[in-house]
Amino acid sequence: MPTQNILLVGVGGQGTILASKILAEVAVMQGLDVKMSEVHGMAQRGGSVVTHVRMGEQVHSPLVEEGEADFIVAFEKLEALRWAHYLREGGSIVVNDQRIDPMTVITGQAPYPPEILETLQADAEEVVVIDALQLAREVGSIKAVNVVLLGALAQKMQIEKSQWLEAIRRIVPAKALDLNLQAFEAGFQGAGIAAQADS
Amino acid sequence: MKTLLTGNEAIARGAYEYGVTVAAAYPGTPSTEILENVGQYSEIKAQWSPNEKVAMEVAVGSSIAGARTLVAMKHVGVNVAADPLFTFAYAGVNGGLVLVSADDPGMHSSQNEQDNRNYAKFAKIPMLEPSDSQEAKDYVGLGLSISEQFDVPVLLRVTTRISHSKTLVELRDPMPRTAKAYVKDIKKYVMMPAFARQKRMQLEERYAHLKAYSETAPVNRIEWGNRRVGVITSGIAYQYVKEALPSASILKLGFTWPLPNQLIKEFAAAVEKLYVIEENEPYLEDHIKTMGLAVVGKEIFPSVGELSVRIIERALDGPLQTVGKRAANVPVRPPVLCPGCPHRPVFYLLKQLQLFVTGDIGCYTLGALPPLDAMDTCICMGASLPMALGFEKAHPELAEKTVAVIGDSTFVHSGITGLIDIVYNGGTSTVLILDNSTTAMTGHQEHPGTGKTLRREPTAALDIEALCKAVGVKRTFVIDPFDMEGLKTLIKREVATREPSVIITKRPCVLIVKQDEPLLSIDHEKCVGCKMCMRIGCPAISHANKKSTVNPALCVGCGVCAQVCKFNAFVREVR
Ligand code: SF4
Ligand code: SF4
Repeated sequence: MPTQNILLVGVGGQGTILASKILAEVAVMQGLDVKMSEVHGMAQRGGSVVTHVRMGEQVHSPLVEEGEADFIVAFEKLEALRWAHYLREGGSIVVNDQRIDPMTVITGQAPYPPEILETLQADAEEVVVIDALQLAREVGSIKAVNVVLLGALAQKMQIEKSQWLEAIRRIVPAKALDLNLQAFEAGFQGAGIAAQADS
Repeated sequence: MKTLLTGNEAIARGAYEYGVTVAAAYPGTPSTEILENVGQYSEIKAQWSPNEKVAMEVAVGSSIAGARTLVAMKHVGVNVAADPLFTFAYAGVNGGLVLVSADDPGMHSSQNEQDNRNYAKFAKIPMLEPSDSQEAKDYVGLGLSISEQFDVPVLLRVTTRISHSKTLVELRDPMPRTAKAYVKDIKKYVMMPAFARQKRMQLEERYAHLKAYSETAPVNRIEWGNRRVGVITSGIAYQYVKEALPSASILKLGFTWPLPNQLIKEFAAAVEKLYVIEENEPYLEDHIKTMGLAVVGKEIFPSVGELSVRIIERALDGPLQTVGKRAANVPVRPPVLCPGCPHRPVFYLLKQLQLFVTGDIGCYTLGALPPLDAMDTCICMGASLPMALGFEKAHPELAEKTVAVIGDSTFVHSGITGLIDIVYNGGTSTVLILDNSTTAMTGHQEHPGTGKTLRREPTAALDIEALCKAVGVKRTFVIDPFDMEGLKTLIKREVATREPSVIITKRPCVLIVKQDEPLLSIDHEKCVGCKMCMRIGCPAISHANKKSTVNPALCVGCGVCAQVCKFNAFVREVR
């Protein structure tokens, strides 16, 4: 299998770090070389955050480069737009249909770009739009947005579903496990439906 | 089976496997998780120190006493610890000592981009630069043995992409943990001029030994490929080179002070075109050029910011990959104070009162950004207090308009001496200590004021107010920052008072104490669209079509917005 490059992008505090932990665990379970890079610190305070995940026979750089991502999982629409040029030709982008205004928009320094989803669809081959916040709310906690989105990614990747569930079991603490398994399922099904509606 | 570890986790694991008994640090991105993870190994005495100098000195004591020791800090922390470091380099070790410097190319979470490899040369201490987590762990072990073999502290220099990238690591069983005996030796450990001069001579002998070691060090190795292109590289840059130039010959340097001149010469002679590819300063390049070798480096590769595979490819005019175009007009998303952050009302008031604010380092530095926009300076840890004094000395007429703002952890780190200076030299500054009971920005570590140790065990809690009184501040006050009326009156009165005062705004960080308040929403009947609430910069509030709205997914119900709204438009939801 050629190296798979995945970007998780979002807003600091949205739980990209837990999502990337689970994703990395799945990758390790495939017996692949894995590298993952993320930035802690200031950006975690509501700034733009990105996690790079790469898996393959042998991976050197921990960073996904522009035009190289097979998958982008965007936890927020504006962040999808910010990172979309990292997608390779034929890559897929899973985007949470949620808007979080950055302070530059709140203070009126810049408008929130209109029609982000349309822009993404015009440029990328596959755009899976999913209302992860709503799905997370339905399973019982808006904090589970991250695992809903992982479910949606899993629908698109060539990795057995059982492996994802196992990884969640290994990473998520027992008391939050049920909720997160449900959140995963909701995302998995949600992305399936979104893809059908698209075709 | 291999385990996926960040560089920081791997360094902690290295401390465990290679017999470290004592480890100390002050939190600082990207180094923080090293000591957090060392804390998992109950065999190691792990601690947060008030600052990096103290951490370094604890480590020096532990090393001289005979234990293997690790001390970790971010790049600018080494500036703080430089004093003990430089002279300890003269004295040398008993138990091995490794100092981890985590540099931050690209300044993801730092105020500068200094390249701490220069410290190795400056302090004359050997340096190791790992390229992934496996090496990060191995080099802890190697560093400890080099330290003991050559009687010298060792610098383990990592960068953000090493510290915060996960790569696979083979774990080993720990070696026995035994501290050596301490033997009194004042010629070695008492660095007064007569003894230091002898040590100064020994430094040169040691340099010669280390130089010889560098030539044969297994971590300095050549990976032969095509001989038309040769690259000398180290650290994370090695990984980028492997992808940008998969067929080139590479001299990978893991031991980078002193550098192996013979090996470099040999390599240079065997390749047609020689490049040196390194992040930030031309550290390797300058050395190679002084050897008289023709090498291409910073004239084509940037010295500012991080490198990447693409940047290297572009610099070499390699085949350009087809890259989608970057979307235009994407508004930036700067970090912000969290919804419910206890610092928010303080900065709102400082802006309203139009004060000159010397700031400091922590989450609250974000108070400098619009719309809060209430900070004039931020230079380094602890600078806010002395800078307010300096400002007052330069412009006595503005003393009544000046406040210093510092967090609790930063105050303990290096604010105390500044406060003493204000009292001693007749300053009248008002100092705001924003006490959120944690070291928030780096991910909520304990500090001497929280009453808990690194392992969150109870310990004596520093009484910050009593301390301020003890150094001679007569006017000290503790107030809840959410009491905005009270705080405003207090600040106004204290800046006008011609003697030093300290106002401690006390409320825990919203991320450590869960809020259970009902959320707020805005009654659109009452909202007149004045945008007053937009001035507090809460990410939960947005404004469209002349009405403000609260995002219930972000609001935590702190009620600060309701205090600034003049039309009572904010209402508590029932939870
Ligand atoms: S982490 Fe705590 S101190 Fe930092 S911005 Fe958030 S609430 Fe404020
Ligand atoms: S909307 Fe108001 S109550 Fe909610 S977090 Fe922001 S300032 Fe606090």
